[in-house]
Amino acid sequence: MIPRSRRRRRVKELIFVGLFLVSIAVALATVVILLGSVVATALPSLRPSVLFNFASFSNPDQAGYAAAIVGTLWIVGLTLLFSLPLGIAAGVYLEEYAPRNQLTRLLEASVSNLAGVPSVVFGLIGLAVFVRAFGLGFTVIAASLTLTILVFPYVVITAQEAVRAVPQSIRDGAVALGSTKWQAIRRQVLPAGTPGLLTASILAASRTMGEAAPLIVISSFSLLRFLPDGPKSPFSVLPVQIFAYISQPPAFHGVAAAGVLILLFLLITFNSVAIVVRNRLQRRRW
Amino acid sequence: MAKTKPAESAVIVSAESEATPAYVAVDIQDALIEARDLSIWYSKKQAIHKVNLKIPRHQVTAIIGPSGCGKSTVLRSINRMNDLIPYCRTQGQMIVDGEDAYGPNVDPVLLRRKIGLIFQKPNPFPKNVYENIAFGVKLHYQATKEEIDGVVTSALQQANLWDEVSGRMDESALSLSGGQQQRLCIARALAVEPDILLMDEPCSALDPVATAKIEDLIFELKKDMTIVIVTHNMQQAARVADYTAFMYLGRLVEFDRTRDLFERPHEELTENYITGRFG
Repeated sequence: MIPRSRRRRRVKELIFVGLFLVSIAVALATVVILLGSVVATALPSLRPSVLFNFASFSNPDQAGYAAAIVGTLWIVGLTLLFSLPLGIAAGVYLEEYAPRNQLTRLLEASVSNLAGVPSVVFGLIGLAVFVRAFGLGFTVIAASLTLTILVFPYVVITAQEAVRAVPQSIRDGAVALGSTKWQAIRRQVLPAGTPGLLTASILAASRTMGEAAPLIVISSFSLLRFLPDGPKSPFSVLPVQIFAYISQPPAFHGVAAAGVLILLFLLITFNSVAIVVRNRLQRRRW
Repeated sequence: MAKTKPAESAVIVSAESEATPAYVAVDIQDALIEARDLSIWYSKKQAIHKVNLKIPRHQVTAIIGPSGCGKSTVLRSINRMNDLIPYCRTQGQMIVDGEDAYGPNVDPVLLRRKIGLIFQKPNPFPKNVYENIAFGVKLHYQATKEEIDGVVTSALQQANLWDEVSGRMDESALSLSGGQQQRLCIARALAVEPDILLMDEPCSALDPVATAKIEDLIFELKKDMTIVIVTHNMQQAARVADYTAFMYLGRLVEFDRTRDLFERPHEELTENYITGRFG
C-alpha cells in the first residue's frame, strides 16, 4: 500500500471548503442584490398611502395596496382554515390508519405528484369547479378553495412527517392504559407533533401568500376600490397587484417594489410567529 | 393473499409436530392468567410455539430466557399489545380472569384497562408529571378536578414517587431521572386500577439504586395485584418472583416455584441457562 500524500489531502479539503463557500456566497449575493434593488426602487414610494390607498393606474403617487393587503389576509386566513384540518386529517389517516398496501402507496405517490403540478393548473381547476360549477364567482371563497387544493399536498406530506416523528413508545404507552387508537392520537400524538404541524401551517401560508398564477386565472381585480369584507366579496391580492403595477409605465415600478416589501413583511411576520411558537413547544421533547 | 396461505398452514403443521411438553413442576390451582396452546407469528416467522402457562393470582411470576426467546411476546399477548404490530398473528387461547382475551366478544381497549403494562424503556408522555397520571383517568372517567387530583396523589404515593415529585407536578416528566420516569410510568398504570401489572424488563435501562426501588415497589404492589415480569436478569427474577417460567426459542421449557427452579432445575436447558452456560 502506498500512503496517500497528506499535503494533497489537505489541498483537496481546502478546494472543497472553498467551493462550498462560493455556493453560499452566490445564494447570499442573490438575496442581497434582489433585496437591495427592491428597497432602492421602493424607497421613493414608501409613504403611508401605499398601505392605506386603493389601487390606481392613473397616479402613481396615490396608488396603494389597501384592498390587496386585506384580500391577501382574508384568503390566507380562509385557506389555512380549510387546508390545515383537511390536510392534517388526511396525513393522520395515511400515517396511522391506512393499511400498508399498494393502494396506500399509490395514494401517497399521488399526493406527492400533486405537489409537483404547476400552480396555474390549480387556477384552471378553480375556475372550472369553484367559480363556474359551484357558481361562487370571482370571490374570496373561490380563491381560498382553489389555494386550499394547491397547498393540500404540502400540508398532507408535512403532517405525515410530523406524526411519523412521534415515537411509537408514546402510542404504546397510551394504548396500554386502555385508550382507543383515536384517543392516543388526539391526546398524545397530535400534541407531541404540534411543532411539525406548525411547520405545515408555515408552508401553507407562505405558498398562499406568494401565489399569483392561479389567482390571475380566477381574476384578482387589479383596480378594486373597496376592502374585501367577506368570503363572497370580490378580491385582489398582493402578488397579482404587484404584477399589475409592474405592467404599468415605469412611474409605477416604485409602487410595485413597495408592494414586494409589504408582501415580504407579512410573510416574515407570520413565519416568525409560527417559528417562535414552534421553538417554544420543541423545548420539551421526549 | 391466497398465495401465502399454504405456506402458513405448513408452518402450523410443523409447529404441532415439534411441540414438546414443558416441565411444569407445580400445578397452579388459582390461575388468573392462562395461556393455552398459544402460538404467535410475526409474518411467517413463528415466535411462540404452543405455550401452555398458568400464572397464579396475587403472586409475582417472572418469565426468563435469552434474548429473542419470545418472553416479551408472551407478555404482550396477555393485554393484546401485539395487536399493534402489523402482521402479528395469534393462535390458541389467552385466558384472563376466566375469559379468552382473543375471544370474539373481547374489546382489547377494555381488556388493557384492567392490565397495566410497564415498558423496557421508560416512556412518559411529553407532558408534565400531573398530566401523565391524569391521562389514564380522563380516558375512562368524566372526573372533576378534585377527583383527578386525588387519584394522581394516591397513584404517586403507591408508586413511592410522591415525596420526590409532589412539588414538581407541572414540570415536564422528561426532566425526571430514568428511575423516577419508570416509577411515573408505574404510577400512571396504577391510576386506572389494574388487576394485573405486566412489566417488560422494567429495570434494564436503570442503575442499581433505581432498580432496587422498583423491586421494593413490586413487593408492595403484589398485595393488591398479579404481577408478571419479564427479565433477563436472573438475580432479579430470584429476588422478586414467587414463580418463574423459563422460555427458550419460543417454547416454555420449565415452570416452577422460583426457588425450586433455581436450586433444582429439572431440564438440562434450564440448568445450562441459569448457570450461565449460555444466554
